Amino acid sequence: MAEFCMPSLGSDMQAGTLIEWRVQQGDRVRRRDVIAVVETDKAAIEIEVYEDGVIESLLVEPGEKVAVGTAMAVIGTESAVKEQAMPAISAPGMHRGKVSPYARTLAAARGVDLNMVIGTGPEGAICAADIEQAAPAEPAKPAEQPGEVAEPTQRAAMRRAIASAMARSKREIPHYYLQTRIDMHRTLQWLASENAQRPIKERILPVVPLIRAVALALGEVPELNGYWLDDHHRISEAMHIGFVIALRQGGLMAPAILHADALGLDELMTALRDLIQRARSGGLRSTEMTDATVTITSLGDLGVETVYGIIYPPQVALVGFGKIIEQPWAEDGMLGIRPVLTATLAADHRATDGHRGAQFLDALNRYLQEPEKL
Amino acid sequence: MTNSDKGLHKLTYREAVREAIREAMHKDERVFLMGEDVGRYGGCFAVSKGLLEEFGSERIRDTPLSESGFVGAGIGAALGGMRPIVEVMTVNFSLLAADQILNTAAVYLYMSGGQFNVPLVIRMATGGGRQLAAQHSRSLEGWYAHIPGIKVVCPATLEDARGMLWTALQDPDPVLIFENAGLYNMEGTVTATAGPVDIDRARVCRAGKDITIISYSASLHKSIEAAAILAKEGIEAEVIDLRSLRPLDEQTFLNSVAASHRALIVDEGCRSGSIAAEIAARIMENVFYELDAPVARLCSVEVPMPYAGHLEQAVLPQVDQIVNLVRKMVGADG
Repeated sequence: MAEFCMPSLGSDMQAGTLIEWRVQQGDRVRRRDVIAVVETDKAAIEIEVYEDGVIESLLVEPGEKVAVGTAMAVIGTESAVKEQAMPAISAPGMHRGKVSPYARTLAAARGVDLNMVIGTGPEGAICAADIEQAAPAEPAKPAEQPGEVAEPTQRAAMRRAIASAMARSKREIPHYYLQTRIDMHRTLQWLASENAQRPIKERILPVVPLIRAVALALGEVPELNGYWLDDHHRISEAMHIGFVIALRQGGLMAPAILHADALGLDELMTALRDLIQRARSGGLRSTEMTDATVTITSLGDLGVETVYGIIYPPQVALVGFGKIIEQPWAEDGMLGIRPVLTATLAADHRATDGHRGAQFLDALNRYLQEPEKL
Repeated sequence: MTNSDKGLHKLTYREAVREAIREAMHKDERVFLMGEDVGRYGGCFAVSKGLLEEFGSERIRDTPLSESGFVGAGIGAALGGMRPIVEVMTVNFSLLAADQILNTAAVYLYMSGGQFNVPLVIRMATGGGRQLAAQHSRSLEGWYAHIPGIKVVCPATLEDARGMLWTALQDPDPVLIFENAGLYNMEGTVTATAGPVDIDRARVCRAGKDITIISYSASLHKSIEAAAILAKEGIEAEVIDLRSLRPLDEQTFLNSVAASHRALIVDEGCRSGSIAAEIAARIMENVFYELDAPVARLCSVEVPMPYAGHLEQAVLPQVDQIVNLVRKMVGADG
């Protein structure tokens, strides 16, 4: 038997609201099946299951908001007997220690991750005092000024989530920044001729070759693809590129294009279009929210020339793209006008040094000069 | 200024019960007292001493040693329009009258289709601690509280000893009053005007925010004593006197537990199937998500009550046990 718990869909997530179950008691499920939709501070996310088995019971009702790690369903696994003999393996975000009901209630209300709390109650149980320690009650809010409009809850929640992640990043990560200007005329010309042969629906956006080039460049500098966790640099073998998507109602998300290094331009385009659509309509999958190993943010559409990004912890690098602007460009003793892109790298100095960062930007530039090989 | 200036007068729990009986006898001529040795001997616990002289043998009636017989007679008298107070010497002996109490008094109104109610009051001594051994020391009030159709009240204070009887006599249905024999010598003051009190609500005796100690009867005083010790350590225990076990005023203790997030029940009854178990269950049913520690119970050890004084004390809940349990529950046991 296994518990299906509210997953942590990002380091800043503290609780989620169950929107709907996609399964019923008695349903057979397989690993990676979407079994629930959960609303986080950021969006509605489709949650995948990690076990094969049968849904034995659903513990949480739609509409309930529960803390990360709270058991939501019990799944009877095929090898239940065998599993019982083995020590239970904790899924991420699961807390199996003793927690008093009131402490759980408080933790959920204050968004405290029980995994981060040390219990001081009887038999080491986490009790209310431990939650108080971890997250003191907010002081009573001063009365709102007349005329002041309260921020919608959802937006405020997302703002807090972003605040929490970004504050952690700036608090913990010693960022270094590198910047380079890239001549984009080869890529854009190649893209224009490529797109000219395609029906409108299949055309490739300029950002897609950029993502592809990032994937290839990361292949040469893999240290930038991974995490800094528990004082250790962990390079990720898989490459899941988080792509920052601004939401119409404000705020942003950075869901991942999973296994981006294995995707060609067409597949990347399809993946990106799908991701943006689902990010805005709801329906991102849990792995997309949690598994990004590196992030790209592109603010070119808004006329920004240079992006100085903040790394999304525990990742170790963020690649920023500004607007492609026609600029005077000197090459081979000739002055010309070229579409120029300013690419930046924000990287965690604990994990890499400027030298490797520079090699990454150099590789990025190189790939963008040979678009036909992308 | 002396107590009498303030309208207070000093008396024992025993005297408070006696005053309550006297007042009822004076107020209502339908009231009479009967039981073993209540007349000439003045009551096994001397509660009715002097009443025979004051009211005569018609109204203070010694009965044969037959609990089933005189409790049954009490039921008959109540049905006939009287307001009997039947004294059963101890709860142990009430079992001889259990059939009358449970199978007749408690159900008569129902079985007669609402035609006949039984306005009977039965007083009995309960509890251990006086070296009266297994013959006289049971605490079975929780048992009686299991039965619908009767009320079960447990006066722990002088005010309640003084005030519950009249209210019980006014009740149209049978009321069992359990007087913990260990309390009879307890001294205190009540106002001269102390009068009837309700018999269906619990009372917060001491306010506190860290834990709720739920108790009644003699255990209440141990709980209050423990709370005073704990207060010196900075632990604020709220102490609740249940007063009535049926009806059980759950709202009072649920509200308290919801605020303090911890509950300890101190009950002189045996743990298994006890009123303490019922209270713990209701806490679980109603305020589970407010609990910051498992509900704890301190009950008597489940053995026949020993005669030897030190063994008897080892069986009964004690103040130091309450203190230690609470310390553990609030995480202040070092």
